[in-house]
Amino acid sequence: MSALNTKLLRELWTLKAQIASIALVVAAGIMSIVTMRGSYESMVDAQQQFYRNARFADAWVNLVRAPESLRSSLESVVGVDAVDTRVTFIATLDLDDSGIAAHGRFISLPEMGRPLLNDIVMRQGRYINPGALDEVIISEKFAKAREFEPGDSIRAIINGRARVFEVVGTAISPEHTYAVPPGAIYPEDERYGVFWASREVLGPAFNMDGAFNEAFVSLGPGANIDAVIKDIDNLLEPYGGLGAYARSDQISHLILQSELDQNRITGAVIPVIFLGVAVFLLYLVLGRLIATQRGEIAVLKAFGYSDWEVGGHFLMFAVVAVLLGGMVGMIGGALLGDAYIGMYSTYFSIPNLTYQLSFPLMGFAFAACALGAFTGAVAAVRHSVLLPPAEAMRPEAPANFRPGFLEKLGLGKLMNATGRMILRNMERKPVQGMFSSLGIALAVAILTIGFFMFDSVYYMMDLQFRQIQREDLNLTFREILSEDVRYELANLDGVSRVETYRLVPARLRFGHREDEVAIQGMEQNGEMRRIVNAAGKEIPVPASGVVISAMLANRLGVTSGDQLFAEMLNGKRRRALVPVNGIIEDFLGLSVFMSKEALWQLSDEPGVISGALLAVDENDRETVQRSLKEMPAVTGVASPTTMLKSFEEQLAASILTAAGFLLGFASIIAVGVVYNAARIALSERGRELASLRVMGFHRREVAWLLLGEQGVVTLFAIPIGWLIGYLLSYSITTGMQTDIYRIPFITEPRTYFTSALLVLIAAIASGWLVRRRLDRLDLIEVLKTRE
Amino acid sequence: MNLSTATQAETATILTTQRLCKNYPMGELTVHALKNVDFELREGQLTVLLGASGSGKSTLLNIIGGLDKASSGSVIYRGGDLGKLNDRELTDYRRHHVGFVFQFYNLISSLTARENVALVTDIANDPMKPEDALALVGLADRMNHFPSQLSGGEQQRVAIARAIAKRPSILLCDEPTGALDVETGKLVLTVLNQVNCQTQTTTAIITHNAGIGALGDVVVRMSSGQIAERIENATRANVEDIEW
Ligand SMILES: Nc1ncnc2c1ncn2[C@@H]1O[C@H](COP(=O)(O)OP(=O)(O)OP(=O)(O)O)[C@@H](O)[C@H]1O
Ligand SMILES: [Mg+2]
Repeated sequence: MSALNTKLLRELWTLKAQIASIALVVAAGIMSIVTMRGSYESMVDAQQQFYRNARFADAWVNLVRAPESLRSSLESVVGVDAVDTRVTFIATLDLDDSGIAAHGRFISLPEMGRPLLNDIVMRQGRYINPGALDEVIISEKFAKAREFEPGDSIRAIINGRARVFEVVGTAISPEHTYAVPPGAIYPEDERYGVFWASREVLGPAFNMDGAFNEAFVSLGPGANIDAVIKDIDNLLEPYGGLGAYARSDQISHLILQSELDQNRITGAVIPVIFLGVAVFLLYLVLGRLIATQRGEIAVLKAFGYSDWEVGGHFLMFAVVAVLLGGMVGMIGGALLGDAYIGMYSTYFSIPNLTYQLSFPLMGFAFAACALGAFTGAVAAVRHSVLLPPAEAMRPEAPANFRPGFLEKLGLGKLMNATGRMILRNMERKPVQGMFSSLGIALAVAILTIGFFMFDSVYYMMDLQFRQIQREDLNLTFREILSEDVRYELANLDGVSRVETYRLVPARLRFGHREDEVAIQGMEQNGEMRRIVNAAGKEIPVPASGVVISAMLANRLGVTSGDQLFAEMLNGKRRRALVPVNGIIEDFLGLSVFMSKEALWQLSDEPGVISGALLAVDENDRETVQRSLKEMPAVTGVASPTTMLKSFEEQLAASILTAAGFLLGFASIIAVGVVYNAARIALSERGRELASLRVMGFHRREVAWLLLGEQGVVTLFAIPIGWLIGYLLSYSITTGMQTDIYRIPFITEPRTYFTSALLVLIAAIASGWLVRRRLDRLDLIEVLKTRE
Repeated sequence: MNLSTATQAETATILTTQRLCKNYPMGELTVHALKNVDFELREGQLTVLLGASGSGKSTLLNIIGGLDKASSGSVIYRGGDLGKLNDRELTDYRRHHVGFVFQFYNLISSLTARENVALVTDIANDPMKPEDALALVGLADRMNHFPSQLSGGEQQRVAIARAIAKRPSILLCDEPTGALDVETGKLVLTVLNQVNCQTQTTTAIITHNAGIGALGDVVVRMSSGQIAERIENATRANVEDIEW
């Protein structure tokens, strides 16, 4: 082996800890791309493939009832490619084991062949047989939660009559990747399943023979979705059309898509941070390594080694770090991506949702990191290598110290000699200190962003379930019922309070702008359901007029005091003007609230309700649930507390995982920066430190001198990190905001405290590692040689 | 007062070594840097250590100064055995009792001359004022200069001021003139001599220059890890009179 390579190997070995910490940063960079972007791409692929295979529709419409003959009219709407219709209802399930009411969404399938649109994907068992009257396919999640298998039977109350179905298979569908029961916003697989059965069974059972109550269409190329929706609405108005909606408003798609969007954004932000740190670290470490080898470079060149050979020799340090980091990053990224996708598949039912190793992506990640790293390395190597040997042989001009700016301010007088040494060293190399601070600041920022995301999700959940939905049980009815039902409900054992509500789908128009919404009619002095804004402040329900979301107001261009033109989309389909009495800043910008009485008047349907809210004593919950099971009109019983609890459990689990990753990444950065900076300072100033030890300074005092500087750099970095984290969190908030949805921008003091604390711990740990080296400093060795 | 007039019997021993050995195991063979060295430093005296390169001078000085530990034998300082001290106690020994001057000045580049001295006086028990220590080495007017603004000889004098400012019991100098030209070297020796006389600090100086031996009360010549010769000078020469 050539002498130069021997030198390389020995020095690599000496610098192994530093090389390893750089390699880890490179690995984290590659890993974050491979994991995050890779998962995102895999999910999008699986989603697209699923949508294609199932012929996922572009627009939906629910209606009261229309004859099948209307189908051809739908087909002739301009822009529509294909049309399919079906019968769908919610029915109570009669599961013998528990008292909790469970519901099934029954959806018809054509008896012959498969649905033209919105097909299902079989997971187990088989498709229904033509002519078999009791066969049903159930959603996979429900089957798993309830341990149903093909061959089992399920009883359901269909139109007031109990019927037994045989489960012949399980399936999933893009309409239910994220299956949410009516009245809820979170899946409850135990209590809610999707049931697919033959149209020949469901049609007659629900009095829908030769008719349909749901239609959906796919669009041809270049079609205008808004125009199509408008045409469908006009066409279906006489049949009780409830307003068509596009795929982007389909709940399952909406949730999956916002999850994907979030992944796309974090998958871009985080890797950029890592790349930046990797570049900086390589620049810092190699730059200083070369500075200490100035003389040796000169000698090598004097002996006739070319610039390329010398430069290449130093670049090899970067090559080793990048190759090591690349290997770890790609393997780790693939494993992590697998785990990440695994986490998603517990929420979303998507077939073939697996992490797809993408070699182009890996190549890109590696190339990006390698390019970044080499930019740093080349910048560091160039300067020293290009120096003429004679000049390089001369020692670098002695450090020229003078009292710096801070000292002139009088800060120096407040310090002892140690403090002044720290201060002057920092003043002499402000750029390096600044870069170090920036690196550590990014670690703080990563944590701040992570905690911010958890906090904002938590804030929304808390607002939704503790401030807005304060009922114990939320009942939805199959059809509108008389207000008198409240007395019947109040009489149930264990029910201590009843409030009722009315929901009316409506189209609101102001000028040329319009939007389809659900108007919520609520009790004026209700305690269980209130109008609460983003800040958690209650807004009283006005006696007349509506209170609407600020985002909706913005879309419609209305302000408080304007008159909206409202067109009810069911019942008598009344049209009337309604004043805007208030605008509320909230997160889901679709809400329209008014008092129940005012809504009765507006829709000209007095004394009817769509559902009820119950306050129930905790001990009587089961009794109440059992009684509700006996009421066929009740098609949904949601429990906000149960939802919150299961949500919090899942959130806690994913927060732990995500926090673990973020913490790992942040520590790699913090350790990478602090450890390297301290190691380099030790090699640059080892001589001075050894002299101090000779003069009788204790280890602790010398360590303080070396690490004090890193401490100052770290402390300086923390507020910068907070600021960067704050700004990035803010831009993530705005980046993910759509015109119907936004996430709260929550910055808890706890977030700042924790992110600073964790980075401090990582910094202290790195300091401790360097301190152990400092303790082993060979005093005599150092004093023997000239600087 | 001229200490060279005092006889050995009248002067107390401040530090002695007994059968001091230092071995460096180097794979198969062992380097015996010190072999059963019995050595002493007497209160107030100036001892000059001479000897060929590699004869063990620095090794001896480092062990006496608490920078290194002996392989066997003992170093007794004012009745206590240095070999029994742990790292912390050795540091305190250096901190309060020993001053060092090296061939390379080892000043802290980010501190001025005064601050370099203050570095030591900050942590000592009964130090001089840094200004006084610098005045003693003739640098009262260069106090606020940084090392890079001082000549080699001036830097070495700052190093001496730094070593004596704590009023050490022992001042150990390893080739203090090694990196200096003749004139500057003489200046530094004058300073050391003067400090020894004025403050009665027990001093040991390692040098390759046999002529310097004439300056000391005692001259010790080392060879191959052993003390080959110990001469007591009846009188101490002046710096101007030594042959360089
Ligand atoms: N760390 C070490 N490892 C191995 N051998 C050592 C070590 N330090 C010193 N030696 C050996 O110990 C012997 C004495 O060294 P020392 O430094 O005391 O010599 P010296 O008399 O001061 O020489 P010089 O006048 O050249 O400074 C030498 O042979 C040297 O090679
Ligand atoms: Mg020596």
